[in-house]
Formats: sequence, C-alpha cells, structure tokens
Amino acid sequence: MYIIVVGGGKIGYYLTKTLVNEGREVLLIEKDSKKVATYEERFGSVVVQGDGCEAATLEAAGAARADVLVAVTGDDEDNLVACQIAKAHYNVRRTICRVNNPKNERIIKDLGVDVTVDATNLMKDLIEQYIPERHMVHLLTMRHADLAIVEGRVTAGSPVLGKVISDVRFPARTVISAIVRQSQLLVASGSTRFEEGDEVIAISHREQEGELQTLFTGEEIAQI
Amino acid sequence: MRAIIMGSGRVGSRLAHLLYQQGYEVAVIDEQPNSFRRLDPTIDVLTVTGTAIDEDVLKEAGIEEADVFAAVTNRDNSNLMAAQIAKHRFNVGTVLVRIYDPVRGEIYQSIGLQTISPTTIIADIFFNEIIKQAQPASPATAPTSQKETR
Repeated sequence: MYIIVVGGGKIGYYLTKTLVNEGREVLLIEKDSKKVATYEERFGSVVVQGDGCEAATLEAAGAARADVLVAVTGDDEDNLVACQIAKAHYNVRRTICRVNNPKNERIIKDLGVDVTVDATNLMKDLIEQYIPERHMVHLLTMRHADLAIVEGRVTAGSPVLGKVISDVRFPARTVISAIVRQSQLLVASGSTRFEEGDEVIAISHREQEGELQTLFTGEEIAQI
Repeated sequence: MRAIIMGSGRVGSRLAHLLYQQGYEVAVIDEQPNSFRRLDPTIDVLTVTGTAIDEDVLKEAGIEEADVFAAVTNRDNSNLMAAQIAKHRFNVGTVLVRIYDPVRGEIYQSIGLQTISPTTIIADIFFNEIIKQAQPASPATAPTSQKETR
C-alpha cells in the first residue's frame, strides 16, 4: 500500500514518522525546502519538496499508483484541492482530508472527499462524553446516511425505566443495538426491560436524536 | 441580474465596474477591507468583508439570488473551493474561476468547472504578437515559402 501525505506541519510530520516506522511505503510532500531538508535527515528519501495541489508534483510523486492520499495542511482549500486532483486525475482510491474550520466539513464531503477529519468536532464530542450529568451522549456520526450512534443512560427519572423495549414508542429509523448493564453487554430484544443504570447504545437518524433524548431524560429538548 | 465577485484586486474591481455599467447588481467579497479602495467610488456596489469559502459570507453577499459568481483572487485553491460551493450548494447558473496554474485549470474543467487561466491567455497573446512582428522582419524565410506555394 502506497500512501501520499500532503503537508509537513506537525500532523504531517508525525503521521509520516508513524507510517515509516510501521514499514509502510509513504511519501511526504512539503512546500518549505528547509523543512524538507530536516525531514530527509530523519526519514531518508521519503520527502519531496513541492506543492501537493500541483499536478506536476503529484505526477512525480507517483500519485497514479497511490492507494491513499492524506491532505493535512492548515488550509482547508489546499486540502480539498489536493484530494480532488488525486481523485479526479489520478484515480486515488481513498482521499482523507483534514478539516481546520468545522464549518467546511460538510461541503468538503459533498465535493467528493472520502474521509474528513475535524479535530475540533472530535474533541467537542469527547468532551460531551465526559460531562457526567448528560444522560444522552452523541458517540459517532456515520457518514453517507446522516446516522448517529448515541448512548442513553436510564436514570430514576427516565420515561423508559421499567418498560420493555417493545412497549416503548421509539422514533422511526431508530435501532436499539445493545445495552450495557453492570459492565455486561446485553443484546437488546423486544422483551428486554430497561433498568436503572442501563447504558443503551442506539443507532438513530440525526433528526431523531432529540426525540430519543426525551425518552431517556424526560426532558423536552429544544430543536436547534 | 445579480453578480458576486470574489476578490477586490485589480481584476475584481475592474470586473465590478464593467458589470455595474452593464446593469448588474454587484457584490464584492474580500478578506481585506482595504482592498475595496480599488473599487470605483462612483458605482453602487455591495462590499462584504470575509472569506468566500464561508457560506455565511456568501449568503450575506446574496448568493441565494445570484446569477453569476466569479472567483478572481490570486489564490487558485480558494477560488476553486468557493466556486464549487457557489455551483453545488447554491446552484448559481454561471460560475467562473480564475486559475493561474493551467494544468489545475484543465483538471477542474474536466470535472465541470468553467476555469479561465490568465497564464495561458497572456502567454498566447505575447506569442502571437511576437510571431506577427517577427514575420516582416525575416525576409530570409520568405523565398522558401514562396517556392513551396508555387
């Protein structure tokens, strides 16, 4: 597997280092010739000086046989263009794009990039998971389908407490996937009864997250 | 008709002037508010400070009712991203992008974006002018071509 990394900032540097150490075939493209010289001393000849958005640079980097292109510069427009050119001109199978401004994530996905990584949103989600009074946590957003994996906690005040799953009117397009009860994983079925302290993992359409939240917390959630 | 111009440099400000004279309602977006000094003060143009890859900035400039979006900053990739937002998110009818790198321009042209490369255009103009001026000054080649036509 051949991986091209565009952008030799901190992320590009450590990503290349990690991949080289794993024995992967990797090439880092960086504009700044000083950085290129430093990196070459450390990694050997897996670094080239150039603009990863320029076809000539990608051509010389052998983009046509690359399996993955990862664009991790500090500019969303540069990352987008590098990924689009890799895809449109070199048929690179998988393009991964770092998103700096969370506002840009959606459009970058819509414009054909396979995977977007937005550190700001990832951290926000992680912070939410550790707020103890929250009884409903957004774990992961799944791309393509606008689906989310969420975790709800059954508390003394939950409307679902003591009910069996088949008696609860869950919103449409929601699947109760599993329940973690006293650190044990239970596969949820229609006859499973909710107990206090249950952590319920559900897959839900993003629009239904609010409704689901009401079922676990008993609170009406203002729609944004 | 409503036109949005991204970039208030020499090209953007001149284009704003031309479109305004043609009767267009014109909005100009630039990250640097002092770039708007290049706009002709006698024309009535909406100026919006911000980056055109931001949908809120585009909306402020009236993208939802725009017929034309022209990205003419000197940054190819910003032009490309903003133009694609205008085309795919807001369905603007005419979207034009200025791109210095001709190869990048061709690649985007092939995926449906209308790109204009000043590099190619200016090189062609210079080349044609040089050839035109060189012809009468090179009588040595003339007899050969006459021989051929005979």
